[in-house]
Parts: sequence; C-alpha cells; structure tokens
Amino acid sequence: MSDHATTSMTGGDHAVDIDKHVRIYITVFVALMVLTIVTVAVSRFHLPVPIAVTVALIVAIIKGSLVACYFMHLISEKKLIYAVLAVTAFFFVALMVLPVVTVHDGFWIH
Amino acid sequence: MDIPYTVEIRRDTGLTNGKIGIWLFLASEVMLFGALFASYILIRTGAPSWPRGDTMLDVPLATLNTIVLISSSVTMVMAWASLMRGRFGTFRIYMGGTILLGFVFLIVKYFEYSAHFHEGALPHTNNFLAIYYTLTGLHGLHVFGGMVVNAYFWGPGAKLWKTNPTWFTNRVEHSGLFWHFVDLVWIFLFPTLYLL
Repeated sequence: MSDHATTSMTGGDHAVDIDKHVRIYITVFVALMVLTIVTVAVSRFHLPVPIAVTVALIVAIIKGSLVACYFMHLISEKKLIYAVLAVTAFFFVALMVLPVVTVHDGFWIH
Repeated sequence: MDIPYTVEIRRDTGLTNGKIGIWLFLASEVMLFGALFASYILIRTGAPSWPRGDTMLDVPLATLNTIVLISSSVTMVMAWASLMRGRFGTFRIYMGGTILLGFVFLIVKYFEYSAHFHEGALPHTNNFLAIYYTLTGLHGLHVFGGMVVNAYFWGPGAKLWKTNPTWFTNRVEHSGLFWHFVDLVWIFLFPTLYLL
C-alpha cells in the first residue's frame, strides 16, 4: 500500500523542510519533559499558594505554547486562524477574569 | 455530494475547509473547558478552605499520564510527518503508537478512579472531587473520542491514501490538531488539579 501511493508531497525541498520540522518536534518533546519535571519538583517545595499558582501557570503556559506553536503549527498559520483564535482568546480571558473580579469584596461586588 | 476544498485551498480563506472547520471546533472546545475552569476558580476562591490536590490524588500516576500524553502528541505529529514524506508504513507505526498511548492514559485513569471509588471519594463527597471528576472525566471522553478517530484513520479510513493521499494527509493533520488540543488541556489540568 505504501509504495503504491507515494505522493508528490515528497519533493526535494519539501522533504528537507519536513526533516527540519522533525528535529524541532524532538527538541520540543525534550523541553516538555523537562518542564513536566520542573512542575512536579516545584510543587514539592510547598510554596505559598499565590506563588505556587503563579509558577505552575507560567510553566503550563510555556508548555501549552510549545504544543500550540510547534505541534499545532500555529507559529506559521494563516491569518484567518489567528483571527478565530484572537476572538476565542478574548472571550476566554473574559471567562477567567469575571469570576475572579466578582468574588473579591470591594472590587465590583460588595 | 463531495465536500469542496478538501485538498485545494479556498481563495477567500487561504485554507482548506477541513482546516478552518477543525479550528472553529477547537475554539468552541476552548470555551467548553474554559467555562469549567472558570467554575473551578469560582468554587475554589469562594471556599473557606481547599485541599491541596496532592493530599487527595495520586501525583506519580498523573505525572506518568502527563508523560504518556506528551509522548502521544509527538507520535501523532510524527505520523503526519511520515505521510508528508510519503511513508505510509511509518505512518501506521506512529499512528498505532498514538492510539496505544491513548489507551495507556485511559487505563492509568481507570486505576486512579477505581482507587478513589474504593476509598469512598466520590463526586458528591466534596467540591474538590466534584470539579476533579467533571474536568478529568470530560477530558477522558476527549481522549477516547480522539482514539476512535485515530483508529479510523489507522484502519478503514486509510483506504483514502490509495486514491487521494493529500486529502488523507490533511485529515490526519486535522485529527492531530484535536489530539494536541487534548494534550494541551491536560497540561493545564495536571498542575491545577494535582499539584496546587
């Protein structure tokens, strides 16, 4: 089956391009593993909750960005997809911020 | 009727229909998980006290599952890269590995859940467990859904490779986007539920 359907996608430059991609995937994989160890190691220090939350979220955001940028190819995507994600990000941030600002006395809700 | 723009690029969007479709779907998924995360923040910040996740949950098993899911993202993207190189045999190996890793993730999750059930730690026990089961349960369903789609492309769906390899490659890329999203959600669930 494989030989039968060799595609025209494997042109010279294209194949080199994919090889470059594969090297990036391996690098990202190593980075994600290291950051997973960092996340678990930091939690062992039992830092005060605000600091622990901040560190955990920063590491998670870095890991998530690596997955989105390289595995999901967002680093080089078309404008329309960025536009869709910008709208999504706006509403996502609103979703996250609304509960936080409404539970603290003296801000929006008294 | 055939679906238009599965291989050729639509001029106004600059994308295939499948690509824009999967991203719109993922946008809706962001809002679904976002609403539950917001609920988690609201319940936690409103609670007089909240347990640390590692006092109630199994961190080593969850760390193992994090490694499993990240590895499955790599095998998924390698499956797509194999098709881009025209190597169907390698694609089958990587895609098979992705499905297998998904299966390992769900088995580990089963052991976690069954240990909680034996201890009597059920969704109605407290708010922490309620949000834990809701978020990880929904995530587990996504893992299962992704496995079903990937299994289709590994098995019967792979026939398309013979007749239209570019379309098949695009389909695998799109199922990969979903799979990476599921990995991404776990990257946030793991520290926020288990470690804080």
